[in-house]
Amino acid sequence: MLQSINARAVLVSLVLLVVTLGLWQLSHTSSEADTEMTEYERLMGGAEPQAKVPPPSEIIGLAAKELSNPFYDAGPNDKGIGIQLGYSIYRVLTGFGLAALVAIPLGFLIGMSPLMYKALNPFIQILKPISPLAWMPLALFIIKDSEASSIFVIFICSIWPMLINTAFGVAGVRKDWVNVARTHELTPMNTAFQVILPAAAPTILTGMRISIGIAWLVIVAAEMLVGGTGIGYYVWNEWNNLDLTSVIFSILMIGLVGMLLDMALATATRFVQYQE
Amino acid sequence: MAEQHFLEVRHLGKRFDTDHGELTVFDDVSFGLDKGEFVCIIGHSGCGKSTILNVLAGLDSPSGGEVYMAGKEVRGPSLERGVVFQNYSLLPWRSALSNVEFGVRARFPGWGKAKVREHSLRYLHMVGLKDGAEHRKPAALSGGMRQRVSIARAFATQPQLLLLDEPFGALDALTRGTIQDELLRICAETHQTVFMITHDVDEAILLADRILLMTNGPFARVAESVKVSIERPRDRTTIVHDPGYYPIRTHLVDFLVSRSRELSERDDAVRDAGHAREVRAEAMAPVEVDPAADARAEAAGLVRAQGPDPHAPPPLKAVNGN
Ligand SMILES: Nc1ncnc2c1ncn2[C@@H]1O[C@H](COP(=O)(O)OP(=O)(O)O)[C@@H](O)[C@H]1O
Ligand SMILES: [Mg+2]
Repeated sequence: MLQSINARAVLVSLVLLVVTLGLWQLSHTSSEADTEMTEYERLMGGAEPQAKVPPPSEIIGLAAKELSNPFYDAGPNDKGIGIQLGYSIYRVLTGFGLAALVAIPLGFLIGMSPLMYKALNPFIQILKPISPLAWMPLALFIIKDSEASSIFVIFICSIWPMLINTAFGVAGVRKDWVNVARTHELTPMNTAFQVILPAAAPTILTGMRISIGIAWLVIVAAEMLVGGTGIGYYVWNEWNNLDLTSVIFSILMIGLVGMLLDMALATATRFVQYQE
Repeated sequence: MAEQHFLEVRHLGKRFDTDHGELTVFDDVSFGLDKGEFVCIIGHSGCGKSTILNVLAGLDSPSGGEVYMAGKEVRGPSLERGVVFQNYSLLPWRSALSNVEFGVRARFPGWGKAKVREHSLRYLHMVGLKDGAEHRKPAALSGGMRQRVSIARAFATQPQLLLLDEPFGALDALTRGTIQDELLRICAETHQTVFMITHDVDEAILLADRILLMTNGPFARVAESVKVSIERPRDRTTIVHDPGYYPIRTHLVDFLVSRSRELSERDDAVRDAGHAREVRAEAMAPVEVDPAADARAEAAGLVRAQGPDPHAPPPLKAVNGN
């Protein structure tokens, strides 16, 4: 039953894909077939009257070309898609990792201590809703380095979901399990690592998964802003070149990488998941 | 209380601040346990049994009074006091074996991996967990299996005192019976000192050397200590034929049905008269009764010492005399 549902879902997905791409391609060729130029167009020298969204066939062609040699580097404005994605992934992972190093211990503290929770809550509530990009000018001013500034922006946007989920998970650890630690005379360190951490791990990892999703959303915008390298810069650069094929191709790559990042965290979550 | 018991509970009190003001669950509970004794405590739901057990475990602190074990005051949780909770309290991300190993490693930090495993497996086998069940997570085990793991963990840490809070309350009758048998056997082998809460009169008679009876709360107290003079080894199927069985059972049921309430009403009257502690202080040690021996004596034709109700006069007399 489930098997057949899965099989049927794959079939429907494929049909939807083929139909969409087919219609897209068709709409393009039909308008291209309509080659009879108007008077005006002739006067304009027969240039393309309007920038048309390129057809899927072109995008697939470009993808094949780009992906066959993703890591070439021919100067600042001509790097392979792999290199650009690599820069972005590096920034996301660095900012995210630093955020985890701060958020998880701090979340532990907040989750364990009602006092710290109450004391830090106002700050969290004010800082959390700030768009991470709003930090960019301040970061650029203080850090004076665009690379570090975009990592800082990633750091600041990934910290909140991890912090809040860690605090929530730690505070929600069942009292029985804490009592097990107490009756076994575990040291606070051992209690934290052997009881509270595994108990809160699924919640913490859910926070990390949300964080990495947000970080990947933000890095594109951040790189558009600061420029230089990265997939966000690449998209903006291709837009400036009016190379829509490349724009669409990189949009798809952004989606693909985002999905892979999410899947990695989802797998990790499954690894620490337990059933009560 | 002249002689020192292994476990001494003296004038224990516990109050909670609730939305409806202060709740005094009990304010003067005293009793003792000897080494190697198996003592059950019975009382109506809400009278404060779990609260007492948590204080004994060191998980909760009393509002008054003190607890001594082996001459030392209980001031917090300790590996010397193993606890088995009604809801098993296994760590769900660890396998059954790993849960027991968790306890063993905490108890014997110097032991190597192999020794910890061997020791844990021995106790798991002792409670009947084998054939791969020891590698399953608690979620994949039945309630009975989980409680066995919890008992194995407690025994494997070899505490001086084992505290059990309605350990079989959530199990079906059949499973409960087999685990009771196992507990009986293990206790006979290890001479474990046990303090156990139960609401099952038959279970208490089967397992206990002595049964403490609590009056209804609030202001509950341990009113009686009933000796179970039935020979060991005991057997679930034949114990009911022991001549002492029904006298004890009748005594316990009587207490639960009427005396627990009557006594607490009498206590209330005394308290309302404004003589709470000093008046009752002398009557605080539970009255010791031995229904089985009384029945035997009666059967032997001896006249039963038909004294006055052991619970009655002192408080009221003291009140009048004031
Ligand atoms: N943390 C608490 N706060 C307020 N009241 C409590 C708390 N814990 C227990 N009580 C009250 O104390 C009484 C005794 O509880 P408990 O020891 O669990 O009873 P038992 O185990 O005998 O059924 C109950 O009336 C219960 O409502
Ligand atoms: Mg209880």
